[in-house]
Amino acid sequence: MSSLLLIIVGGVLVNNFVMSQFLGICAFLGVSKKTETALGMGMAVTFVMAIASLFTYFIQRYLLIPLKLEYMQTIAFILIIAVLVQSVEIVLKKTSRSLYQALGIYLPLITTNCAVLGVAINNTTAIEGGYNLIQSVVNGTAGALGFTLALVAFAAIRERLALGNMPKWMDGFPGALIGAGLMSIAFQGFSGLIH
Amino acid sequence: MTGILIGTGVLAAVALVFSLLLTLVNKAFAVPSDPTRDQVRDALPGANCGGCGYAGCDALADALAAGKAPVNACPVGGAAVAKKVASILGKDAGAEETRKIATVVCQGTVDRCKTKFTYYGIEDCLAATLINDGNRACKYACLGLGTCVRACKFDAIHIDEYSQIARVDEDKCTGCGACVTACPKQVLDLQPVTLPVRLLCRAAEEGYLVSDNCKIGCVGCELCMKACKFDAIVMENHLPIINKEKCVGCMMCAEVCPTGAMWGDFDNRHIALIDRDLCIGCGICKKTCQFEAISGERKSVHEINEACTGCGQCVPKCPKKAITLPVRLHVRDANAKVGTSEVVAAIPETETTK
Repeated sequence: MSSLLLIIVGGVLVNNFVMSQFLGICAFLGVSKKTETALGMGMAVTFVMAIASLFTYFIQRYLLIPLKLEYMQTIAFILIIAVLVQSVEIVLKKTSRSLYQALGIYLPLITTNCAVLGVAINNTTAIEGGYNLIQSVVNGTAGALGFTLALVAFAAIRERLALGNMPKWMDGFPGALIGAGLMSIAFQGFSGLIH
Repeated sequence: MTGILIGTGVLAAVALVFSLLLTLVNKAFAVPSDPTRDQVRDALPGANCGGCGYAGCDALADALAAGKAPVNACPVGGAAVAKKVASILGKDAGAEETRKIATVVCQGTVDRCKTKFTYYGIEDCLAATLINDGNRACKYACLGLGTCVRACKFDAIHIDEYSQIARVDEDKCTGCGACVTACPKQVLDLQPVTLPVRLLCRAAEEGYLVSDNCKIGCVGCELCMKACKFDAIVMENHLPIINKEKCVGCMMCAEVCPTGAMWGDFDNRHIALIDRDLCIGCGICKKTCQFEAISGERKSVHEINEACTGCGQCVPKCPKKAITLPVRLHVRDANAKVGTSEVVAAIPETETTK
């Protein structure tokens, strides 16, 4: 139980995907102009990361390791995640129209997001022999929640920056990137929290 | 070597299984969709830019198929896509006349409209409005801090550096209305692109108050109302209201306006031309003309003089269809004498039908 708690704290704060591992930067900069869309994206990422952790665990455990094909991990995982997201989208469209409309536009965007692939690979390399099933799913969910946290916080900063009286050379992306850097430094403050 | 083969083989097998799975899922969970909707979707650009206000092209296709969105809703595709969508849905694409663009209803540039104080706050019109209703002397004036510029997705609106008020790029503006809702001063308005005259002032105040603040504001003198021979202008709250149905585009209101608040599209002003070969001298046009711009004796060829305002009232009255209504500037450019058949021949077909 305490190990799960450590994984959660580690995923959300210490090893935050965006702020200390620098994964998923594309989505981080792309959909962080409004807090509303940032939250939508965060939800979609959480959903996809959780199920990606689940499925990649089975593939790793029952296909790649017995066949000694761990080096093919990256390709295999991309394949799985892409198929997974696609089929989830199809199923959602049929079964839950409202959920499909809420997540619909973000799902294809994160099909091949490096944060999603990153969590799947991290699950297998974080500790000797990789996380077990529950740990994997918890790590995926926690990592995605950390991603959502960073994304929403950054979007809130950018909403304020957009109204600020910025010098021309700092307006827009330069200012946003400096803001992201400062945020990352702030997140480094969590690094002593777990060992 | 065998290791590589095994790896490739296994991955290929996995891919095959997955693709089969995906096909099955797609079949099992297929959502029956409207074929018209799919056709509309194919006609749209598919960039999912959201410029139409819907969440991507799929959402717009749904709205179009349901008849909830106008056929020209896609600003990116423009007229070409509108035409395609209209033919799929069996509707009329709508002519260029119906295209609306954002119009800045204020000409209060810094040299014309006084400033109450220097504003050092946040560069945003909404924030500036909170401080004593903005720093312009006229409370209806454009503040020029660019809230509309940031609302525009198409780079179609800019703050003019010298005059400090918003300017709309007519070619880029798609009429999406984002700036209209963003402007805290309601200085922006969606108007048909082809309007011959526009009142570019919103100052609904007594004339002396307006003229104190601004050199180009409407002072409510009613000269335009009196000049309009077609009863298209009525006064309301010290401002003239133009009835677009009755307006024929003679631009007399803009011509008489003492301040310049009434804007006329003089570059596109028309003029009537009588074809000498067709005119039989019946005099109907002369009786119809409100501006005494047509002269000529009965049974002789009639002439148009400089008083013509291009209102076009004579054109449908002519029994011989001898009168055309080209844009005035083109006639002047040709250095030709007004009212001769040579001029008519010299003007290209497209110009005369304008």
